[in-house]
Amino acid sequence: MSDVAYEAVIGLEIHVQLSTRTKMFCGCELGFGEPPNTRTCEVCLGLPGALPVANAEAIHFGLMIGLALDCDLAPRSIFHRKNYFYPDLPKGYQISQYDEPLCRGGKLGDVRIHRVHLEEDAAKLIHLGTSGRLHGSEASIVDFNRGGTPLAEIVTEPDLRSAEDAGEWLRLLRTTLRRLGVSDVNMEEGSLRCDANISIRPAGTHELGTKTELKNMNSFRFIERGIRAEIARQEALLRAGEPVVQETLHFDPRTEAITSLRSKEEAHDYRYFPEPDLTPVGITDAMLERARAAMPELPAARAERFERELGLPADGARLLAWRTELGDYFEAALADDGDDAPEPQALANWLNELVARIETDDPAESQVQPRALASLAAMVAGKRVTQNAAKQVLDRLVAEGGDPAAIVEAEGLGAIGAGDELEPVVQQALDANPDVVAKLSAGDMKPIGVIVGHVMRETRGRADGGAVTRIVRQKLGL
Amino acid sequence: MTDAVALTAAQAAAAVEAGDLDPRELFEAYRARAAADDLNAFVWVAGEAPGEPASGPLAGVPLGVKDLFCTEGVPSQAGSKILEGYRPPYTASVVARLAEAGAPLLAKTNQDEFAMGSSNENSAFGPVLNPWDRSRVPGGSSGGSAAAVAAGLVPWALGTDTGGSIRQPAALCGIVGLKPTYGAVSRFGMIAFASSLDQAGPLTRDVTDAALLFRHMTGRDPRDSTSIGLPEEVRLPSARRLDGIRLGVPDDLTGEGVEPGVMAAFEAALDRARELGATVERVALPHADYGLSAYYVLAPAEASSNLARFDGVRYGLRVEADDLLTMYTRTRHDGFGAEVKRRIMLGTYALSSGYYDAYYGRAQRVRTKIAEDFKAAFDAVDFVVTPTSPGVAFELGAKTGDPLSMYLNDYFTVPMSLAGIPAISIPCGLSEGLPVGLQLAGPAFSENRVLDAAFALEQALGFDGSGARQ
Amino acid sequence: MIDREQVLHVARLARLSLSDDEVQQMAGELSKVLGHIEKIAELDLDGVPPTSHVVEVPNALRPDEPRPSLPRDVVLAAAPAVADGGFLVPSPQAG
Ligand SMILES: [Mg+2]
Ligand SMILES: [Zn+2]
Repeated sequence: MSDVAYEAVIGLEIHVQLSTRTKMFCGCELGFGEPPNTRTCEVCLGLPGALPVANAEAIHFGLMIGLALDCDLAPRSIFHRKNYFYPDLPKGYQISQYDEPLCRGGKLGDVRIHRVHLEEDAAKLIHLGTSGRLHGSEASIVDFNRGGTPLAEIVTEPDLRSAEDAGEWLRLLRTTLRRLGVSDVNMEEGSLRCDANISIRPAGTHELGTKTELKNMNSFRFIERGIRAEIARQEALLRAGEPVVQETLHFDPRTEAITSLRSKEEAHDYRYFPEPDLTPVGITDAMLERARAAMPELPAARAERFERELGLPADGARLLAWRTELGDYFEAALADDGDDAPEPQALANWLNELVARIETDDPAESQVQPRALASLAAMVAGKRVTQNAAKQVLDRLVAEGGDPAAIVEAEGLGAIGAGDELEPVVQQALDANPDVVAKLSAGDMKPIGVIVGHVMRETRGRADGGAVTRIVRQKLGL
Repeated sequence: MTDAVALTAAQAAAAVEAGDLDPRELFEAYRARAAADDLNAFVWVAGEAPGEPASGPLAGVPLGVKDLFCTEGVPSQAGSKILEGYRPPYTASVVARLAEAGAPLLAKTNQDEFAMGSSNENSAFGPVLNPWDRSRVPGGSSGGSAAAVAAGLVPWALGTDTGGSIRQPAALCGIVGLKPTYGAVSRFGMIAFASSLDQAGPLTRDVTDAALLFRHMTGRDPRDSTSIGLPEEVRLPSARRLDGIRLGVPDDLTGEGVEPGVMAAFEAALDRARELGATVERVALPHADYGLSAYYVLAPAEASSNLARFDGVRYGLRVEADDLLTMYTRTRHDGFGAEVKRRIMLGTYALSSGYYDAYYGRAQRVRTKIAEDFKAAFDAVDFVVTPTSPGVAFELGAKTGDPLSMYLNDYFTVPMSLAGIPAISIPCGLSEGLPVGLQLAGPAFSENRVLDAAFALEQALGFDGSGARQ
Repeated sequence: MIDREQVLHVARLARLSLSDDEVQQMAGELSKVLGHIEKIAELDLDGVPPTSHVVEVPNALRPDEPRPSLPRDVVLAAAPAVADGGFLVPSPQAG
């Protein structure tokens, strides 16, 4: 038994907060971080008599997601009530979709999509700790600002086989959604939340094992670690001859502990029934047309285009395409039709250099204009500035922005090529290193780095290494 | 000055228009009567006349509004203890619309808790008395509105009807009550009982008043997804004859359980209709007899969900407890009355895992069949007519011990609710000195024709309701 | 028709506490009403679509345009218990 290799079977349920201006069923503006209960009204507080009206833009975003995930869009879908009591649920039910969702089926990358539906988010419970008011018992407050935020719930088929796969795929999904412009997809702020259904089975078998549900993981790191920990836990159980129990679990990223959220006795009976306050959503040709027209180029297609049209390697193309902000910056720089357009691969390399130097995820938020990075790459390619000097220029750009040509000019960082300017410096280096000259003359070219290094020091990196080598060979008659 | 209270609302509006009646005097006359109410018809009465004399087509004729309509800053409890002292921060669309048309809020009227009841005995404010006989119920759930209009304590009032809650009390109090087509009037701000059935409508002294009030109630409201309004403007009725009109008496909805006096008054009214040129035919509504069963699944199911928001967190009553579950269960135990609890239980059961298909799912299919029955019937006849209620106003307490016998009050009114079609109740005579109602129902959005036919019949019947107005 | 255990289960789902007497009474009353409701079991309803919305309303959607929210003091005015600008409740985990 203990020799059996297991494979994991993982499906994800992702809740995405849509970045509409207003909530799903009322006109309260969406926000983040406002004082509690300042973005609420009779509808999202569930006051008696208030009625929901669905946000057309949320439906539009839902259709865009459906198109991006290659789903079948239902010509008619309806909302249901999911009934349960919890303080963050003002009406005692969540308006969600049940057996007639907006989108069914679909695929993103290698993972099949089961369904996509729309619903409203719950409010936020803030734990206060012990409150004297309630005789020393634990108390919380409810802030309804978030309550009613439109959510798209995306459910995958169980097509993922490892924690890493899940993390990787989730990144693709996130970029796709960001690219669509339908969500901020910020896990830290809770605009993207993920549950994972996990089971394991002996590798090569097809029957599904008992699954557990790992709830509400709020960063990519935690998701991968959580899934890994749960797979390990299930494996340990099976190897010890114990069964996996179907339950909902919580992963604590600090302790790596996995705990059960609900006992079986608490199994929910949600008493779904069609929401009588909302009429069915009929998708008209005009709505479909509008959603299609709004579709941007998606990351998978973009990566493919970077490969095909720009000749980037697959890895590099993905790197840029799957992080929308990098791809956008890259394309903005590439579009800069200055005197000499940068070569795509070289520009990609310089973009990596830039990303390594800035704190934000988005290079567009840095001091460095895409035009500046493009021109820097072009200057390097045209040998007007050396690789080394260009890095110094980039440091300056990151610190204070500006035009690379002007920085090169002001700082005297222009490349020193063959000829008058470089020759005396090379001669000086040869003079200072007679032992090296001896070796070189004897045909041992290894120590030439010493000469080049000397020249670089003297020129503050402005010299072109190739030119230095050429002058040395010339002078020594090699 | 004329005796303002003797005028119908339409007459009062005309008198104000003509400058013969001061709207502030009109308001004050009714305010004084409402304040002296001894029927327990009101749960709140305005302290003074509105500062600005109302303008608009309703000419300042004051309005009674069922407690369950939210009115900003004014108590709105839906007759329930769980909303004790609740004053909403917003006003129901229909009340706002009527205020804009010039009908100021005079009073909030008593009702069965959350509109669940047919006798107005299920109110946290206590029962309402029938002005025809104070030992009897006014019907429900809009019992306060019906009693107040009948007694001349308000010129007209708003009620809501889920399975008969406008028509049945109108019948028992000898006034007119119209349940419009589902979707004709906005539900925004109406504290919900059963969302797919609830509909607001007028309770008035006569059919003309009903048409006038309804004209200013109907319309699409962007805040209620299910509201559509009417395809045509509401006309004030003028028909005097019923020539060529075919009235259908359902085969499957008469006889059993109907009091003889009620049947006699109903038959006599049909005779008058014939005299006006109508033909009376039998019509088949084969599934109508199942209406009550379907209704008592669907309405409680929706109610169980609609009433989940009363949890002691954001408004209303709370019974403090150290843990959340106890806070919830005690709050709801203490806050809801017996009938409300019964329906919450019934509805929760009907939706619960393993029972949905047998109850909720089947009831929705019965609903389809009933709607189809009516469609077919309206191919053969113009209107379906029935007694509104199987009996006249019963003694207070007579049915409180037996929920099922209470539910049977809705036998004639529920099928129209399930089909979403308009139906009006007009007084058609007396039985044992108590009013009997005749219900006339038409196809969806046929309110103008329903009102016209009801008007012609009303004129011919000449029912005198002044006996209830002292 | 509906027994004590079922009544207790449903009461728990509905978050209603019921005394022993109330449970007893509820079981009796609900059974009687359900007995009447059972009538719908007689009908052959195969292939009959369910009605959840009785009139056809074309897409009743709302443009994504903000409306003013309510002032917080108004929002909290009716609350039985308030702390730190929020609605105070016993913590769901406790007890
Ligand atoms: Mg969900
Ligand atoms: Zn809101």
